[in-house]
Parts: sequence; structure tokens; C-alpha cells
Amino acid sequence: MRARRINTVLGGAAVLALALTACGTAEVGDSGGDGDEGGGDTITIGVKYDQPGLGLDEGGSPVGFDVDVATFIAEELGYSADQIEWTEAASANRESFLQQGTVDMIIATYSITDERRQVVDFGGPYYVAQQDILTQADDSDITGPEDLDGRVLCSASGSRSAHNITDDMEIDAELREAGNYSECLELLGNGTVDAVTTDNTILAGFAAQNPDEFRMVNNPFGEEKYGVGLPAGSTERCEEVNAAITKMWEEGAATEYLEDAFGTTDFAYEEEVPELEACA
Amino acid sequence: MEAFLSNIDRVVDGFSWTVRLTLLSAFFSFILGILLTAMRVSPVPLLRGLSTAYVEGIRSTPLTLVLLFCGLGLNSALGVSLADSVAMDVFWWAVIGLSAYTSCFVSETLRSGINTIPLGQVEAARSLGLTFTQNLRMIVVPQALRTVVGPLGSVLIALTKNTTVASVAGLGVQEASREMKLMFDQGIAPVLPTFVGFAIGFLILTLPMGYFFGWLAKRVAVVR
Amino acid sequence: MSIQTSVLFDVPGPRARKRNILYTVLTVFLALIGLSILYLGFNRTLSDRESSLFSAETWAVNPAGQWAADMWAPFLRADTWTGYVIPGLQNTLTAALTASVLAIVFGLVFGIGRLSKHWWIRVPSGAIVEFFRGIPLLMLIFFTMALPIVAWQVFDVPTGTFQVTALAAVVTGLTLYNGSVLAEVFRAGILAVPKGQSEAAESIGMSRTQTMWTILIPQAVTSMMPAIVAQLVVLLKDSALGYIIAFPELLRSFTLLATRESNVIPAAIICALIYIVINLTLSRVAIWLERRNARRGKPSATPTAAGGAPSEVNGARGSDEKPTEEPGPHKG
Repeated sequence: MRARRINTVLGGAAVLALALTACGTAEVGDSGGDGDEGGGDTITIGVKYDQPGLGLDEGGSPVGFDVDVATFIAEELGYSADQIEWTEAASANRESFLQQGTVDMIIATYSITDERRQVVDFGGPYYVAQQDILTQADDSDITGPEDLDGRVLCSASGSRSAHNITDDMEIDAELREAGNYSECLELLGNGTVDAVTTDNTILAGFAAQNPDEFRMVNNPFGEEKYGVGLPAGSTERCEEVNAAITKMWEEGAATEYLEDAFGTTDFAYEEEVPELEACA
Repeated sequence: MEAFLSNIDRVVDGFSWTVRLTLLSAFFSFILGILLTAMRVSPVPLLRGLSTAYVEGIRSTPLTLVLLFCGLGLNSALGVSLADSVAMDVFWWAVIGLSAYTSCFVSETLRSGINTIPLGQVEAARSLGLTFTQNLRMIVVPQALRTVVGPLGSVLIALTKNTTVASVAGLGVQEASREMKLMFDQGIAPVLPTFVGFAIGFLILTLPMGYFFGWLAKRVAVVR
Repeated sequence: MSIQTSVLFDVPGPRARKRNILYTVLTVFLALIGLSILYLGFNRTLSDRESSLFSAETWAVNPAGQWAADMWAPFLRADTWTGYVIPGLQNTLTAALTASVLAIVFGLVFGIGRLSKHWWIRVPSGAIVEFFRGIPLLMLIFFTMALPIVAWQVFDVPTGTFQVTALAAVVTGLTLYNGSVLAEVFRAGILAVPKGQSEAAESIGMSRTQTMWTILIPQAVTSMMPAIVAQLVVLLKDSALGYIIAFPELLRSFTLLATRESNVIPAAIICALIYIVINLTLSRVAIWLERRNARRGKPSATPTAAGGAPSEVNGARGSDEKPTEEPGPHKG
């Protein structure tokens, strides 16, 4: 008798667990109902969920410049806005998401580099950002990367930005690695680190959140060409993406998106049309 | 496998951090664990309450969160720098977080060890006029420690594995699992041999620990 | 019987009472100092303050500190809970429940496998259990995430053939790790059932499988229930590691929330409180099960240190049973 009861309990639990899994993953940051899958094909796009201004989970769906660009490109590829499935692409899983086919494309402050070109394809660039430094508002000592000598610098794990300063520019700054940029901002706010470095677009978004607390040095250097990450071997898709990007800049949509994202900040975003790179 | 073996210095470097984290955290959590247990059984109700609240609270919090709190909050709140270099500073904060967390499990283990001591022992000790601290020091703790050698070994093994969390929770200590992830991402060596290599590394640390504590537990077991 | 705390010392006399009061006052004093340091520290008026330590200005809530009202205000809004906390909690529970069931199945299979008469079942079961018990959960999660790459590198399966979602990676990691711990729990539980039980079963002609499923396992599961629930608490807590691979569980959704509201520390505190409430409730269940077993006169297995259940029934344990042979505490 008892054995049967235990089997029943286990079986019941298994059914419950399967039912729960069938429901899938609940959308964090999604307060509205999402019943309208729209039918037909969908496109899965990876964007950042934790970068204000570019891709931020805003209680409904992600919003920001990258998200706008992604929506535009998807529409050019023949997907309407409600056929897009958003997925969070963290810096650490961008390559594997593309390699595995978890996402169809990634538009998540994804810089085109030779290293990455070996594993994934890139469309674009759709924007050329530069690297900059964020410090506390009352810290006027840091005016450029060379002032970081002997200071503590924060960057998110999986990002190359800090290494650009310590390795390539050979500036003797100490590195503190945090899980993401909001952790870096917390460390900057409480004085554990002296500066945060990464692309000026990302920093501008964070600076806009707390204008009294943080100051962007506004001494940009280097260049980060934001590409549209595609699975290796998608030359055709890459051409389509490039055509969409050209159209986006010609129609002025790109400038509009940038104005939406950064208009209220004093970040002087790049308004020049980025030079597209050939699809491999 | 060759690609993995050619990077063996990175592997060794990662594990050296793992071992240092484990040893220091084990030491501090043992001390803190004994202190918490003494408080837990002490005659002063307030001390008992504090110890219970601490143990129950921290034990119910994910380690990730404990370490996150140490690395992002406490360090600046207290305004102390634990070391000159950033790498050592985060290392020490990881040790603090791991010790704070593990000490709860040490304390719970010790307490269950105390519970195995027959009533007559402590009653006899009391009737001889031993005070609480004497009773604890001379009768209870020596016996309790002997009965919990095995479980304490398991706590140590769990701690060894838990040091991996220090690589991610806002601290970024360069320990073994982080090296593994970096090697995955940078495509330095094929994934499977890399994983197997690091797994063997951890097994080299944890399996002998398990056998040693098992052997020690049998050796010092209290016959009742 | 076990030692109640009161057994370790006599009923306090007048001097002891005075001493206890002294200790209490001292503790209160030290605790107040500690709390004040924490309060001022998070208020950012501890080390870099402009006013003197005891001025009202130092102790007032600093708008730039962690106690500022707008840091906490998001938690008073409904959309914070409906948009972040509840979905996150849902994902945590989904991952934890699925992994719990799978881990119990895994534990049963390999725990019983280790007791098999056939070496070709026993040895691989033992190896699997020892392997997954010995390596960190984080490594298992990373490896599961990389499985499509492994399939490509080793078996030439083109990437994109199959995918590992973050949920699958978390559940797999949790299942393998906690399942192997549970296997040990089940094994110890089955071994702890008095020998007479299986002998009696055999004497009435039951097969080995029948004996296992109708006699041994039901008794073992009942006596091991507290240890099982304790391990499930560990599992639930460990699901927080999903935050690293951007699985939107409770901790991850608090991270996203903290990014939006820039209140990392308040979010961490609230998140910890939620975990504490859930896990304490589960631990209470373990204690309740333990007490129930004790009332029924059945010995409960010594709980792992990871469990909240105090061992109050140790006297009932078999005298030949060494505590070291029991599954030790495993935590995450």
C-alpha cells in the first residue's frame, strides 16, 4: 500500500514538473500578456537587457537604440514587430548563441573584431562607437586614459575594453572585474573603483540614469564597430542586413533612434553614416 | 588533449587560487562555526537567539547573493581595504563571504554532534561542578568533534566546490572554473578535454578529502 | 534522548543570573555598534562624512546612501512585482521543481544501482555518483551550455542541430549534482532498514525487486524524508547560479531590476529576504517531518547539516551504525 502511495506521489510530482516546464520560462520584465505570437515565422533576436539607452528591460519588452535598430532590420527582412522574439544576449553567451542557433541574429553592442569573425559572421556596422571613461562626478583628475595610471578600473567580465587600456595602451591601471556594468556602477558609486571604461554609448546610458553622480570624461578613443552578429556562413542574410542598414541611415531612422535614446543626455552621438564592411 | 595540456600552467594557476580560497575559508569558517555553536548552546538567551538567527538566515541565502553582498556592498560600506592590489582585495572578500556562509554549516554539524552525546555525560560533568565553559571545553566539544569528523569532511568538500562561485558573484577571482570558462570562450582547446581536465582537477582535490575524512572518522569514532 | 541546551548548565543562581545579564547587556552593546557601523556604512556617512560622528546630520538618511527612499520606492510599485519579482520567482520554482523531481529519479536509479548484486551495474553507478558529487555545479552548468559545441567538435554534429536553453542547463546541472547526493541518501536509507525486513520478505517468497520496491524503499524514503527535503532546499538555493548564464530566475530578475532602478544593494537585500522566507518554510517542513517520524517511533536518518532539522532522535539509532557512513552535508 505504502509503496503505491509513494509511487503516486512521485508520479504526481513528475507530472507537475513536466507541466511547469511546458509553461516554459516566464518573461522577466514583461508585465503585459503575450498571447499574440502572430502565427507564422518568427525571428529570434538577441539584445542586451541590462544596458540603459541601448537595450534595457523596461517592464514590458527591451527598449533602446539596439532594439530599435533590430526592429527596423527585422522589418526589412520581412518580419513585423510582433514576429520578433527577444532573447537576452549577455556578453558571455553571444558567440555560443549564434553557433548553436539559439538566436537568428544578435544586435547587442557586438563589436566586429577579426577574432570574432573567425566564429561568426557580421553584418554592418550599423554604428561606430568609441571607448570612453566614466568617473565620479566630483573626480576631475581623470581626463583621459593616460590618467588611469595607478587607478582602479572596472569592466564587465567578457569585455575587452579594460584590456585595451592596460594591454594595448600599456597604462598601468588595476583591473576589477564585475559581472555586468550596473555592478561596475555600484562599485564606482561607492568608491571601490576609480573609473569604468567601455563604449561611450553604454556609458552614456548609465550616466543619464544618475547625472549628478557620474561624469563621462568625453575623451573618446579607439573605435568599436557595432555589427549585426549572424551565424557563420550566412552571406546572403548579411547582404540583406547591410541593405537594411543603408536604408535605415538614408531614411534618417537611425538618427531618430539615436535621438530617442540619447537626446536627453549630453552625449554627442555619431551622426555620420558608418562604412559598411563586405560580407565574407 | 594536447591543446589542453599546453595550457596546463593556466589550469594550475586557477587551481592554486581554488586551494588558497578553500584553505583560508575552511580555517575561518571552522573558528567562526565553533563560536556560533558555543553561542547556540550558551546560557544567555540573547546569544542563543543571535546565533540561531545568523545561522538560519545565512544558510537560507544563496551563496551567490552572500558573495555579491560582500563584494558590492560591505567592502565599501565598511570602507576598509583588505589588500593593496585589487586581485588580493577581492580574494579576501571572497574568503570572508565563503567563511560567513560555510560557518553556518560547520555550526549546524557541530550542533548535531553535540546532540549525539548521551545525557549522562553532561549530567555527570555538571554534578562534578563543571561550569558551562568547562563542560563545553572538556566534555562536550571533544566528543562532538569526533562524531562529526565525517560530516565536517563533507562540509569541506562542499566548500571546495563552492569556491567556484567566487569567480562570478561580482568578485571575479581567477579560480579554476573561471579559467575553464575562459578557455571555452576563447576556443583555446576543445571543450570536452578541457572540461574533463578541470573535472579531474576537482576530483583530485575532493576525492582524497572524502577518503581521508572517512578514514579519520572511523579512527576517532566514539564507541557507544 | 539528546542534550537539550539547558542540560549543559545548571539553573542559574543569583550570581549566574547577574553574569547572564552582564553578557546580555554586553551583547546588546556590541550588536548596536555593529548595526550602527552597517547603517552608517550603507548610508555612506561612515568613513567620508563631513559632520562629527554623533551629530544628527551623520545619522540622518543620506539621499546618496543606500537607505534613501527612492532606492526602495520601486518595491512599493506593483509593476516591480508583476514585471520582475513574480516572473523571476516563477522561473526559480520551475527550475527547482523540475530539477527536484529529476534529481529524485536520478538518485533512486543510481542509489539502488549502487546496491545491485551485479558488479556491472554497481561499479558504473558508483563512478557516476562519485563523479558528479565531486565537481562543482557551476562547471556542470557551463559544460551543459557548451554541449552543442562538444557535439560539433567530437561527433561532427553541425551546430544548430540542437540547442541548450539556459533553463535546460540549470536543470541539468542541478539534477546531476543533487541527484548524486540524493543517491547517497537513498543508499544509506536503504542500508539502514533493519536486515530482518528483507529477510522476512525473502522468506515469504518475494523477489529481490519486489522486496526493494515494496519493503525497503518505502521505509527508506519515509525515514530519509527530512534529509531529502534538506537537499531540496540546497537545490532551490543553487538555482540562483542560473543568474550567471542569464537564466531569468529570481536573482537575475533582481539584477535586471537593479540595473533599471540603480539600486543594487536594496535589491540584493529584498532578494535575500525572499530566499530566506522560502527556504525557512521548507526547512520547517523538514523539521515537521522529522518530528512526525519521531512520534511514530521510526528513526529518522541523521539529517545532513544542510538541513534545518535538529537531530533529536539519535538515541533510536542502531548502535552499530557509525555516523560517518551517513551522507554528510552537501550544500551549494
